[in-house]
This record gives sequence, structure tokens and C-alpha cells, in this order.
Amino acid sequence: MGKIVRITGPVVIADGMKGAEMYELVKVSEEGLVGEIIGLTEDRATIQVYEETSGIKPGEKVEGTGKPLSVELGPGLVGAIYDGTQRPLTVIQMKTGDMIKRGVFAHALPRDKKWEFVPKAKQGAEVVEGDVLGTVKESKLVEHRILVPPGVNGRILELADGGHRIEDIITTIETADGKREVAMMQTWPVRRVRPFKEKFDPNEPLISGQRVIDTFFPIAKGGTAAIPGGFGTGKTVMLHQFAKWAAADVVVYVGCGERGNEMCDVLVHFPELKDPRSGESLMERTTLIANTSNMPVAAREASVYTGITIAEYFRDMGYDVALMADSTSRWAEAMREISGRLEEMPGEEGFPAYLASRLANFYERAGRVRTLGNDERFGSVTVLGAVSPPGGDLSEPVSQNTLRIVKVFWALDTGLADRRHFPAIHWLNSYSLYVDNVREWWKQKLGEDWRALRDESIAMLQKEAELDEIVKLVGPDALPGPERAVLEAARMMREDFLQQFAFHEVDTHCPVEKQFGMLKLVLDFYRNSVEAARRGISIEEIKKLPIKETIAGMKRLPPEKFTKEREKFEKQLKEQFEELMRTRKAPTEGEKGEKRDRKEP
Amino acid sequence: MKSEIVKSREYLTVAEVSGPLMVVGGVSGIAYGEVVEITTPDGETKHGQVLDAYENRAVVQVYEGTSGIDTLKTRVRFTGETIKFGVGLELFGRIFSGRGEPIDGGPKPIFEDEWDVHGAPINPAAREYPSEFIQTGVSSIDGMNTLVRGQKLPIFSGSGLPHNELAAQIARQAKVLGEEEKFCVIFCGMGITHEEAAFFTRDFERTGALERATVFLNLASDPAIERILTPRLALTTAEYFAFTQGMHVLVILVDMTNYCEALREISAARSEVPGRRGYPGYLYTDLATMYERAGRIGKKKGSVTQMPILTMPGDDITHPIPDLTGYITEGQLVMDRELHRKAIYPPLNVLPSLSRLMKDGIGEGHTRDDHSDVSNQLYAAYAEGKDLRALVAVVGEEALTERDRRYLDFADRFEREFVNQRRDEDRTIETTLDLGWELLSTLPTAELKRVDPKFIEKYLRPRE
Repeated sequence: MGKIVRITGPVVIADGMKGAEMYELVKVSEEGLVGEIIGLTEDRATIQVYEETSGIKPGEKVEGTGKPLSVELGPGLVGAIYDGTQRPLTVIQMKTGDMIKRGVFAHALPRDKKWEFVPKAKQGAEVVEGDVLGTVKESKLVEHRILVPPGVNGRILELADGGHRIEDIITTIETADGKREVAMMQTWPVRRVRPFKEKFDPNEPLISGQRVIDTFFPIAKGGTAAIPGGFGTGKTVMLHQFAKWAAADVVVYVGCGERGNEMCDVLVHFPELKDPRSGESLMERTTLIANTSNMPVAAREASVYTGITIAEYFRDMGYDVALMADSTSRWAEAMREISGRLEEMPGEEGFPAYLASRLANFYERAGRVRTLGNDERFGSVTVLGAVSPPGGDLSEPVSQNTLRIVKVFWALDTGLADRRHFPAIHWLNSYSLYVDNVREWWKQKLGEDWRALRDESIAMLQKEAELDEIVKLVGPDALPGPERAVLEAARMMREDFLQQFAFHEVDTHCPVEKQFGMLKLVLDFYRNSVEAARRGISIEEIKKLPIKETIAGMKRLPPEKFTKEREKFEKQLKEQFEELMRTRKAPTEGEKGEKRDRKEP
Repeated sequence: MKSEIVKSREYLTVAEVSGPLMVVGGVSGIAYGEVVEITTPDGETKHGQVLDAYENRAVVQVYEGTSGIDTLKTRVRFTGETIKFGVGLELFGRIFSGRGEPIDGGPKPIFEDEWDVHGAPINPAAREYPSEFIQTGVSSIDGMNTLVRGQKLPIFSGSGLPHNELAAQIARQAKVLGEEEKFCVIFCGMGITHEEAAFFTRDFERTGALERATVFLNLASDPAIERILTPRLALTTAEYFAFTQGMHVLVILVDMTNYCEALREISAARSEVPGRRGYPGYLYTDLATMYERAGRIGKKKGSVTQMPILTMPGDDITHPIPDLTGYITEGQLVMDRELHRKAIYPPLNVLPSLSRLMKDGIGEGHTRDDHSDVSNQLYAAYAEGKDLRALVAVVGEEALTERDRRYLDFADRFEREFVNQRRDEDRTIETTLDLGWELLSTLPTAELKRVDPKFIEKYLRPRE
């Protein structure tokens, strides 16, 4: 209907587009490249094109499709890998070979595959939007619930059973506006939030098996977290760890403008890894969106929307979904690039003025909700966004606008990464606003007050930071014994508890019971050694206790074994300190000064 | 560079010339990205590419610079083609200019195929995860920041540091253990001086490396804008060798800073909204379209490994060029002026250096079972030793404990014995790891927390 008048990179301007809508999907040029209308002035449309535009000429046609950019939702999503506009990359590979050529079309969901549909609703029953019509065993881990689409309420006239393709009509519903035929597959515009009944406060932690997260800075199901850090601080490894071990039903991983080899890493390693809860392959619950940095920038802009829409769809079935976006900075840069081509008035650092509202909009699609439907289902979407601040400096717009929205902040630290302290999440700079929300959960799960131990640990690390300042000036030997004991215990906390080796077969995932047990042992050691130091026992003697080696080896112990041995360790610790202290009495004034005198030059 | 003479149209309507850009008016049907041939009044031929295509106007970036172009007599021919480069086995052992013309006095090579220099993104689903260890013979790389086939690992350097020597040494020594496979080097110089270019070509000729190399040279005196093209020619050639001929290609790109400067120049000439420090907002995407061309593909035999070298302006690692590079590449090797002053070669500071693909390229079946633990322990111990150095500067060495003194000593020996090596020293991975154990043996065994006890048993030889 229209015709191209200008091409500049991913942006195309076309005339004669009267009747076109904002965000409508269009086919650009003879090759039918997919684009989206992002601006309209009378009959002139500005289009961002999701594919490479070189070789396209002014004068070529632009056709509207009448539909906004949408995703296909239905059985077949789990285990798939898509590009930013939900083109299935494995199918594209079969069609065009190892390099992605443009102008290729492929359905996101396989059309000819038959799925075994098990009806759950009854013929003749009255149903409302969101009710479960039936289920499909999509993968070993995901039971795909086929729901009555939003906006459809009425009586089921017919309901199918058995093997069907996703486009087959499985039910006919008599609604107030006439009969509606419903297939297993639905489509949904990516930029529109999927409806739900009500949002709730997140109050249950999303356990990730990562000690620094679960114990120190927990994220709740339905919550939002940002993980900013310079390059090499381990953002991607952290998100991968989360995608692997998070106790979610479905994981959507969006690789937005990042490395191709990283996506390949996920594709190669996830199928080999076993979900700790079910023992099945992790790929059985994962959907991947891969729009790497060298793929078209407009599709990168779309990729996070594609991802979150798929996540919301699974949430509507009543599942806990975790979405990782790596990296939101690349997404923001895609917006900046397109905004620049449109010659829009730039905001801070060249980013468009609408950066903050777009970011807020995206994170706000997370949450724990009561879904549509009459059967009181609860589902959640937890969003974790990596942020890649230029130069690791968090004062830049993407970091700042993100931090205003998210409730959990895992601050990655270059200094920690340099000394290979991984995960390089800094214990003093990070925070989680869900600490109060999840307290009750811990109490029920373990029957103990996790919160008190956590606070004590962080206070100890804070004390270490203060003492470090003094040590920098006067050296460690000038400190009195109890304070040296704090330093020693803090070191133990950092090395034996906080550090976790992502690529060690045991340490990569640490169940909460083990986390709690480990934390308690470290804190026991801390309290005892401070007490021992008060009684004048030198730090060297404390360091020689065999329990120190035992604590250092805890990480490598398989969880079952640790649970079995835990009481024994606690007893050993108690006995060894008692033995050490038996010889000494409570501290006297003279003994306190003893060590300092010795070191006087 | 060759382009077909079909669909081509010629115009005499240059409307505006500004910096590296030229605007041609009164045109029609010009494609975005189309190649342009320009003939100046003196008869000189230049090449360009369409950056912005309007119905009746085209903005062209001119690769050889715009000097000599006038608005009256200059002839502009639009070729109807995007930029292609003739690839073939004859490119082997040859030296080309930054535009792809042979400059070694030999004939124009006969090509087997013409490939678009911009390439196409590798389908992430088609990639093979890189996991084959490349032995460079340099301990600080092999032991601490291992390079694998299909990786892109840049060297962040500063002016005056020996990055060229290190690049040449790696080009000479790099090999994959236990395999005799076709290996070749593509060297791409962007805005480097004649001296630097001569250093590389001489070194390649002397060591016989040129026989398995292809060289592209854009010198400092060549037009800056040509630098936009040079790395793309090199990478197109690399992809051809790797994925058509099944070779393992190492691409060395020197100096990416010059490339980025050229990009900034064009961006400024187009009056685009600048991002950080005047670099265009799309610098990340632009760099990614080159760096991401490294990799391995499914069942194909060959691989493209990249080693871009860049000089950090003012040794500032947060400068946009190293910063964005680090966000795209799979790690970085950072050169350190302080080590260089201590006469340590290569002056690689292992602490801020990183190889992201290391974990799958090392260990049993790749290097040795203890590799991962040893390198982690060396890192931790060296970091501790460096911290203590700062402390000693304040409180003096007497205030330290015996344990701390050992760490200080360790850090010194690590630099002098492990990092430091001769420019022609080719260490095997076993030598490197054994050296690591020797250094670790100076520390109390109880301190070796990062090493699995079974490896301590197996490899640690306590000193007498």
C-alpha cells in the first residue's frame, strides 16, 4: 500500500501509509522484510525493520498486515530457541543454513505436530476467560494448560479429545456475541500486558541455590531484581545459575544483544543438567530468546517484550515463571539507536526521553497474581535484569532508572571479580527489599529464625569493613585479639560461605537447609573465636583448630552428607573451643594488653 | 574489491561534500548500502558506500577520503551492488591494502567466489560451543586466561607497551595440542604506522609465518574512512578459510582504537546525536557485527578466533572503546604499565584479565585435571599478595605476619617467574602448570583452599 522514500540503517520511512496504525506490523520491500510502525505523520510512516536493510531502495513497496507485533502462544514453546521476533532459530537454520539470511519466514510453533489434548472442562459447562479447557503434556516438566482466551465467556458446545494440531479447533464456545471457535494456539500482541485478576505482594522466596542470594539478598516469586556490573564481573554466569537452579516451573531466558557463544553455552549445557527437584533435563522447562549483538537492532528492541509475553502466558496457567533479561542495557541501547535514527530530541547520554517509562513498564509486568478463571490459580513472573553500565559506573541512566524500580539490587564488584571471588555480589552494597516478606517462609521451612542470623552475618561483615580501614593504616597486628577474631571469622564467611563455585558439581547448587547449616557453623565459629580471643587466646591458636578445615570443606560435601554430619560438626566445634578455653579464665585487664606489648618496636 | 557493471547508473550531480561524506542529488532508485565508484576530475577512482538513501538523494561515505572531489565534474557511478570481496585460496601468503588491492607486487589473485563483506550473523542455534584449547606458549595466557578456538579475546594495551611483540609471538606459537590441522593467521592493520606494519611483515617473513598468513594493511597515512572496510575484508577472508576450506584461522586486528576513531569521524560528519565521548550510539552494535564473526559452526571443521588489539586512551579501561569491547568479547588480556616498567614481558596483569570460555577448554582431556584449581589458587594468592604490597607501603614489612610475608614473596615470584618469559619462549601447558605448583608450594598448604585436596596430593612437591 505504501512506498519507501528513505532508508537509513534499520529505519525506513514510507509514504502513502494512510490507515496504518501505530505499532502495526508491516512487510517492507519486495523481499517482505518484517517491520513495525513506530511513528506516523499524516500518511507518512516511520518503520523499524527487524532485518538487515542493505540493498533496499526508495520506491519499493510497504504492505500493512493490520496486526500489531504478536507472539504465538501454545504447546511447542518449551525447549525452543527464538530470535527477538519469535522466529524459531532451529527451523531457520534448516531453511537458510548456518548464517541467518533475511526475508525468511517460519512459524514460531510447529504446525503439523500433534499434541495429546486431555479435556478438563465439560461439554455444556459455563466457562469464563482463563478457565482451563484441558491440558497437554508439553515436556517432561511442563503440563501445558489450554485456557479459555481472554475476552471469551460462555457455554462449551463441543470439546475435543486426543491428538490435535495447534491450529485445530478444540472447542466451540457459545458466547453472548455468537459462537467462538478456540484452537490450542493463541496470539497476543507483545506490547500489551496480559490480563489477570489481582496482584499480590510477593512473599515466598524464589530459591536459587545460590547462598549469597537466598540467604543474604533473597528475591521473591513475582519480584524484580537488577544485577548491574562491569564486564567480567559475572552477570551472565549469575543469570545462567539462576536459570539453571531457580525453583521456577518455567524459565524464559532472553539473550538481548549479547554474545552468540553464550546462547550456545545454554543450548549445549542445559539439556545435560538435571533439575534438582525432578531429576529431568533443565531444557524441559526453558524457552530461549536469542537476539545476539550482531543480529538486527530493532529485533533486539522487541526481544524483551517477546520474552515477557511468553512468561505471562505461562503465569496465566498458574505457574511460577522466572524471566532473565541479559542485558537490559543492550535493549536500552537499541532504543537509543533507533531514537537517534529518528532524530528525536535526546535525553540523558543520548538515550530517548521515554527510557525511564519503558523500563518501568517492562519491570511492572512482573508480579504474583491471581489469574483469570474461576479456579483461584496463582501464578508469578519474576524478572531478573542484567545491567551493563559503561565503565561499571552506576550513575548512568539505565542503571539509575532501573534501580528506582526494582526491589532487589545485586551489586557486582570488579574488585571481587579480579580476585576471583565469585559470585562477585558485594555484601555491603547490595540490598533486597523482600527480606521482611520472606521471613515467615523461612520460619515455616526450617523452624528457625533465619533473619536474625542473616543480620548478624551482615553486621559482622560491616565490622570487617570498618576494621579494614584501620588495618590499612596500622597493620593487622596492632588490633586487639577480639577484633582480629572478627577479621578471621569474616574471612571465613567470605571464603567458605559467600564464595560459591558455579562450575563445581556439588557447589553449583546449595539447598536452603545446607545454606542455613553452613551459615550457623560459621557464626558459631565467629562467636566462639571472639570469646576465646577475649580470654587472651591468640588468633594463631584459634586458626589451628581442626574445625576450620572442616568448615572450609563444607562446600564440597554433597547436601545429604552435610545434613547427616551437621550435628557432628557443631559438636566438634563446641568441643574444640571448650578444650582451647579450658586452660584460660575470663579475660583480665593485664591479658588484654599482652599482645600489643609484644609487638611494640 | 570487484563489483558488477549491471544495473549501474552514473551521475554528475554531487551536491555537497563534507568530511568523508558526499551527497549526490537528482538520483533515483539508489539502494541502501550500495557501492559507489567515483571518478574525480583528475581521473582518480574512489570507492564509497550509500549510508542514507532518499528518493532523489543519496549520502555516500567515501573510503579513500573526499579530497579531489568537486561538485561539477566528478562522476559518480552507482553499481547496484553491495560491497563484495573476491575470496579464494590465492589470498594465502599475500599482502593487501586496506581496500583489498594487492600491495606486495604480485598479480591480482583469482577468486573463487564473491562474498558480501558485511557477512551475515551466525545463527546462535548453529554455533558449536568453543572448547578446544589453543596453546600460545605464554604462561599468563595459557595458565590463567586460556584461549580456545572460536573465541574473541582482545588485548587491552596502552601506547608504548609491547602488544605488537606479544601478538607476533602468539601468531608464531599458537597451536592446538595433539593435532596437525590447517592453521592460518590473518593480520589486519588499521591505521598503524609504517614501522609497525614493517615489524609484523618482517617477523612473519623471518619466521615463515607469512606462508600461512594473509595480511591487510591500512596505514596511518591511508584515508581514515578506509579503516571501516579493512577489518571486514579480513573477517570475510577468515570466514571463507574457516567455513569453506576447513582451516583454523586466527585473526589479529590492530588497532581497534583507530577503527573507532574513524567511525566517530563519519558519525560527526553526519551530525548524528553523539553518545559517550562523541562516539556514535551504535558503536556497540557496530563493533559487535565484527567481533561476533568469531566462532565455530556445528559440524564444520574450521574456526575463526579473534585477537583484537586496542590501545586504551590514557590507560583508561573505562573509556568507551575498551569498555564496549569488553562487553562483547569473551574476556580480555590487560597490559599493565607498572609491570612493563619492572621489565616484565609480557606485562599482562592477570587480575583484570579474563577468559570467559576458559572453563570448557581446560581440565582433563583438554589441558590437565588440576588446571582450573591451580589457576584459581594462583589468582587468589596473587591478589592477596598485591593487597599486602599496598599495606606494606603504609606500615612497613616488619608489621606483617610470617604468613603475609610469604604472600608478598609469592606475588613477586609470580611476576618474575610465571608471568615473565622470553619473547621466543614457547612453554608447554605442563611447564606452565608445574611452574604454578612450584610457586604455590611456597605457601602454607592449609592456605590452598581453592585446590581440591586430591590435586595437592598428586601435584604438590613440598620444598625441602
